[in-house]
Amino acid sequence: MNALYVICGIGIFALIAEVFSLKKWIGFVSLLGLAAAVALVIADWRSISYYFHGMMYFDRVALAFSGLILVVSFFWYWMSRDFFKSDEHTADKASLTFFVVAGAIMMVAFNNMAILFLGIEILSISLYVLAGSNKQNLFSTEASFKYFLMGSFATGFLLFGMALVYGATGSFSITVISNNTAPVLSSAAIGTQGIPRFYFIGMLLMMVGLAFKISAVPFHQWAPDVYDGAPTPISTLMLTVVKIAAFSAFIKIFSVCFYRYAPTLQMLEQGLMVLTLVVANVAAVAQTSVKRMLAFSGVSQVGYLLLAFSSDGAKSAGVVFYYLAAYSAATLLAFTVIKIVESALGDSSVDKFKGLFKSNPLVAVAMTIALFSLAGIPPLAGFFGKYLVFTLALSNGFLVLTVLAVITSLVGVYYYFKPLIAMTQGEGKTLLVSVSDRYLLLILIAINLLMGIFPDVIRVI
Amino acid sequence: MLTVALIIVPLVAAVLIMVLPRQVAKNIALLATLLELVISLIALYRFNSTLGIQNTYAQPWIPSLGITFSIGMDGISLLLVLLTTVLMPGIILSTFKDDSKSSSFYSLILLMQTALVGVFVAQDGFLFYLFWEIALIPIYFICLNWGGENRGKITLKFFIYTLTGSLLMLVALIFLYSKTSGAHTFALSALYEAGRSLDLPHQTFVFACLFLAFAIKMPVFPLHTWQPDTYTVSPVQGTLLLSAIMLKMGVYGVIRWLIPMVPLAVKEWGMTALILSVIGIIYASCIAIVQKDFKRLIAYSSIAHVGLISAGTLTLTTIGLQGAMIQMISHGVVVFGLFYIVEIVFARTQTREIGRLGGIRNVAPALSTSFFIILLSSVALPFTSGFVGEFLLINSLVQYQLWVGGIAGLTIILGAVYMFRTFQKTMSGETNTLTSHITDLTTHEKLVLYPIVLLILLLGVFPKPLLDISATAVNNLLSIYSDLSASVK
Repeated sequence: MNALYVICGIGIFALIAEVFSLKKWIGFVSLLGLAAAVALVIADWRSISYYFHGMMYFDRVALAFSGLILVVSFFWYWMSRDFFKSDEHTADKASLTFFVVAGAIMMVAFNNMAILFLGIEILSISLYVLAGSNKQNLFSTEASFKYFLMGSFATGFLLFGMALVYGATGSFSITVISNNTAPVLSSAAIGTQGIPRFYFIGMLLMMVGLAFKISAVPFHQWAPDVYDGAPTPISTLMLTVVKIAAFSAFIKIFSVCFYRYAPTLQMLEQGLMVLTLVVANVAAVAQTSVKRMLAFSGVSQVGYLLLAFSSDGAKSAGVVFYYLAAYSAATLLAFTVIKIVESALGDSSVDKFKGLFKSNPLVAVAMTIALFSLAGIPPLAGFFGKYLVFTLALSNGFLVLTVLAVITSLVGVYYYFKPLIAMTQGEGKTLLVSVSDRYLLLILIAINLLMGIFPDVIRVI
Repeated sequence: MLTVALIIVPLVAAVLIMVLPRQVAKNIALLATLLELVISLIALYRFNSTLGIQNTYAQPWIPSLGITFSIGMDGISLLLVLLTTVLMPGIILSTFKDDSKSSSFYSLILLMQTALVGVFVAQDGFLFYLFWEIALIPIYFICLNWGGENRGKITLKFFIYTLTGSLLMLVALIFLYSKTSGAHTFALSALYEAGRSLDLPHQTFVFACLFLAFAIKMPVFPLHTWQPDTYTVSPVQGTLLLSAIMLKMGVYGVIRWLIPMVPLAVKEWGMTALILSVIGIIYASCIAIVQKDFKRLIAYSSIAHVGLISAGTLTLTTIGLQGAMIQMISHGVVVFGLFYIVEIVFARTQTREIGRLGGIRNVAPALSTSFFIILLSSVALPFTSGFVGEFLLINSLVQYQLWVGGIAGLTIILGAVYMFRTFQKTMSGETNTLTSHITDLTTHEKLVLYPIVLLILLLGVFPKPLLDISATAVNNLLSIYSDLSASVK
């Protein structure tokens, strides 16, 4: 909770910094604030408690996920320093970013649908603006507009669902909702035992709204265009922080709030999962831009998360946490490389990666490790993520779904290796890599390796 | 601790030489492989052939998932470790005159050695999978970075092919893991127990997943389509690693992780797999006969030989498995020699087309004599290493089913056809403009080839020590089957 105060504080500081001409302090204060927020999460580890009359609840899971969000934001901020330096709107962009993080933490720690909605809106509205922050670029504007339109649609679904659930149970609190709805004994009992039918419609609408937010197929149409069109740092933010927040909200709603209906929902989730795995992975094969390819890969990763979640919702939090951590570490690394390539060569098509092994070995090794991790090659972090997912699914007896996930991850190898092969062939220009980026690459490489070799360290929950 | 040293030494050297200049790197790499050889010889010296797994070391690694860093060697492991350690210095030496290899190349080769030794000594399912998969990465980069034309596409095919198998293997191992009693664990003995207690349909599933992984690696017909392209396109060191050592991972997998794991399914489906292997023998031999490319020809001949090994293994008899063990060693040494000779000829003439060569014997007698001896072993002439293995293997197949043994025995005749034809066309006859300037073996090449030739003759004359090493281990593995048939009776 204290971390959330700090993040909001930095957001407000950045907002007024322009007025008091403190702009040059923003970067320093931001990084310091993020580090302090991480420390506060660790300090709060032993104190599990409710806030605001039970509207927010920081348990171990919420703390771990907010910690992850903050750590990822820290590295994200480091990676995107140039983004905040470039033009006149430094303070606005910084403050919007921190509101995104604040919204993300609310989505992780909510115990009340109102807070969930508040979190989603704070996060989304800031992102609509940030996605369009590259005003001269047509694609950025398109991304912003598309994201806004589709996002508000999804929010509408979510809100309508919440309203119906509220109408059926008389409360926004997820504790109350989950306690008030008695187990369904038979389908005939629906509508006669005090649970109106529209409760289930509400549940379904919420699933649509949240599936949009986690970009599960078939609610993913916006994702590739938005991730591709938005400025690279903002795409990274959406692929990491926003995905962590959205998925942990998804988990909390469907495994805590509606836990009684988990067996019924399982089939829907598995349907989403199969579609996500197949469609996203196959679509990614055809991409020639690495950024767009990673956008599709970001969608496909949701499939693996859904496999874990649908296998055993209650036990999946730890697996999902590790998977998201591994995925974020790899994505941050890959996008740091993409940022370097983009700033030197204009765009990130596969051709631009040619000869990177000879001209910039460090960058090439970093990209290799990131792609290997995303593809799930041992001993990197991404492998253990997939391994844990498969283990969870198999121990619950989902043999066919696991084999399907294995096959789609092989398709994944095919497209992840395209830039890799390009890097080993031909001649390339030497790219300019700043000292700060160099250290960032080294640290992220180390994180990816260490998380893979000692996966126990991070499996705290 | 010896086993740990075997894994650690190349790993440390690999990391170390990544940052060193090329000249220093290759010397250190050679030293590391020689040190590794010495360690493995010490292990051989201290090996007690009457015991099972020895030189064990176990350390909990990821306790919450039941994963232990557990390694050890029995006779089967030891033989394959020895094969690896004996051939590795040769692979490093073969690059000494070649300036196109950077220090990362040596680093990758040493990494490869770590992974290969790891695969052969792992006593924990997860660890085995991990080393299995790690072995794929260095070889992929070796082929991708230093390979020939069209390497991007071909190596990707190789990678995805192999990964398909190994991911299915992972699924099977996790499946077995989830069936272990009590706190789940990946320990080999626990997995054996879990696998044996399954009913036939589940065993069949495990069998299918595991066999696919191993069959792709060897490769067994019809999963071999990645192999000739990859062998041809990769640099010679990559080919040597792939053919001489890496494909033994597949056979080793069958012996250690498949046969004792799911005996019912092996009984049920072993015949099918065996017949596939035998088809592979004939099929690959026939293709080898019409090959024009020297390297491709050896690649196909390798498929044929491995088909025989895998068929012999699946007879589930002591002589079949013993034959497979000795033939794995012999095939490793022989194919190493053959591919190296292809490379020597290629380096001098810039061609691998058999039709354009000829008369090399007149200008390079040492080269052609070495080739001839290695070739004799390849066609299983008595007193060469190839004879002992093929004799035992075909013997086991004849005992299994006479007609199977008969068909498999054709490999010797077909092998003689393509090998002698190759020798005739490349080495004897008149020298032409291309071959008349060929120089004989250099010192480095002699250092690599002569030990190979010596080994071939030595193993051919005294195979018994080798057979003694693996005898106990093989009998231990097969004991489950005698128990099984006893209980059926």
